[in-house]
Parts: sequence; structure tokens; C-alpha cells
Amino acid sequence: MSNTPKTLAIAGALAAAFATHAAAPAHAQEAKEKCYGVSLAGQNDCAAGPGTTCAGTSTVDYQGNAWTLVPAGTCADVELPEGRMGSLEPLERDLPA
Amino acid sequence: MNGPFAAALLDPARERPAGLTGPGGAPAGRRFDVYRNNVAVSLTEALERGFPVLARLLGPEFFKAMAGVFLRAHPPRSPVMMGYGAEMPAFLETFAPVAHLPYLPDVARLELALRRAYHAADAAPLDGAALAALPPDRLLALRFRFAPAVQLLRSDWPVHGIWRANTEPGAPPPPKSAQDVVILRPDYDPAPHPLPPGGGAALAALIAGRTLAAAAEAAPGCDLPALIALLLAGGALTDAEEAR
Repeated sequence: MSNTPKTLAIAGALAAAFATHAAAPAHAQEAKEKCYGVSLAGQNDCAAGPGTTCAGTSTVDYQGNAWTLVPAGTCADVELPEGRMGSLEPLERDLPA
Repeated sequence: MNGPFAAALLDPARERPAGLTGPGGAPAGRRFDVYRNNVAVSLTEALERGFPVLARLLGPEFFKAMAGVFLRAHPPRSPVMMGYGAEMPAFLETFAPVAHLPYLPDVARLELALRRAYHAADAAPLDGAALAALPPDRLLALRFRFAPAVQLLRSDWPVHGIWRANTEPGAPPPPKSAQDVVILRPDYDPAPHPLPPGGGAALAALIAGRTLAAAAEAAPGCDLPALIALLLAGGALTDAEEAR
């Protein structure tokens, strides 16, 4: 295994990272219990709420709205660099220094 | 699901299936209409819950309308709703009315990855202290196993910033640069973290089973110790072995 001097140079900082993050004591782990449906409500079950009653009319057809609809949410607040919205070009990635 | 009953469930323009009867033998056409409606409404709600940031970005009316198209193109393949919507990123890539919002598929990928992380198996985290004493050459030869909850998303868009701006009150506007994101679940609550420059390439190398030295070479300039500290703090690493 050959490591360049530059790679070897980070070994000390890596060792420090490992040393700092010793595993938490077992009792700290046991203090928490997985609680389904609390932290991310609704993601672990079916949407068995209002949808199972007559939340709409029997003739609901969302397709009938056609695409005259314009997205009306916060997407209008997402600013991308000028011209990006039109060209749909991916953004430049931040490159390592 | 196949056959005329299922087809009519997903297509409101179709005739009700023939021969349905309710109690006492009365025709059950209106009952079918209620059921048909509930299928669409409940799947729409499942999508709203599964993609809250997407719903916020598009607004409730647009999202509902789009969900109606999606659920008919991609009805559930499993009765378990926790994975429903996996086709959403690909759907968004071809759905013309959102073609001017090219970051949406990655937002959907991030939301799906959070859900996968939430449901992933538990794993005991690695104790880093035992590794800290290794000499440099052996330390750099380490490769890792990752907790099943760890998800790497490499994006051409500021996907973490967009997600955060739509989940956290007072969050800053998204940066105008691409972001790679790792989802970590230190205990039971998954959270996305933006990776430092080069972190996506370095983490991809580590996840692929390559060594720390190989990851350093794959992403020169990446602050690898900072990445390792993030992974350890997030319980992402479960085991280490020395490559020979």
C-alpha cells in the first residue's frame, strides 16, 4: 500500500476524528425507543385518515383541472442563478480548493 | 390488480363495472363511485404526506392535480404504503408542466431517501476510539461498512438548501451552487446533511468499499477528517476492516 505524503498528512487528523467519536454508552442507546408514527407522522402507514371517508365528491377528477394550473407554492421563491431557469443547465458544483 | 374493476377504479371516465350489488341485491353503482373516489383521495394524501416539500414547492392545488395524474400512471404495487411514490423522480423528469423546475426530481429523491432511511434496519455504530490508535498507514487502509439508513444523494442543484428553506422556519435561501447530501440517522430520526466540497466523491468511494486512502485520492481537497467526523457523529459507520 503506497500513500502519498499528502495522503499521509491527513492521517493525524483522521485519528483525531476517530478518537473524538467514541461510541455512546449502551445505556444512552437504550434510553430511546423507536416510536413509529411519531417522528415522521404518516410515513409508516397508509393514509388511513380523511381519505377513507367521503372527503370529496364521487366525481372528483383532478385531471379535469388540466394544466392551466401554475405551480403556486414556494417554488417561485427558489432563486437560481440568472438564466439557469431558462436553460435548465445543471449548476456548477463547488469544487474542492 | 387487473381487470375491469381495477381499471374503472383509476379511470373516472370509465363505466362502473357491471353486476355490482349492495345489500338486498340493489345495484351498487354509487357505492362504487364512493370507493373510486376514496382510492384517488387516499393515494393523493399518501403522496402529500410522503412528499411534503414537493407539495409545498408546487402548492396544494397543483400538487393534488399532479398527484391525480401520478397515481393513475403509477398505482401502488404493494399494499404497504410506506414505499409508495418511488417513481416520483422519474415521473417529474418527464412531466411537462414542471419542466421549468428542473430541481424537483432531486427534491423528490431527497424525500424518498429520508423515508428509506427512516424505515431502514437499525445498526450499532462503530466505536471510533479503537481505530484512533492505529498507525497512519494502517488507518488509511481502513474501509467501512455503512448503516443501512445511510443515503447519499448527489445533485446538480442546491437540493439541501431547497429542502431546508421549505422545512425550517427562517432558514436561509438556498445557495446558488450544486449540493451533495448525505442522510444520517444517528438514532431513529433521519436528517439530511450537505456535504463539504468533494465530500460526495469521497463518500461515494467509501460506500463503494474503497479505503480512506482511495477516498482521499478520489477527492483531493476534500476535508476527509471532517467527513469522517460527520459520519461518526451520525452513526453512519458500523464496522471497519483493513484492506490487505
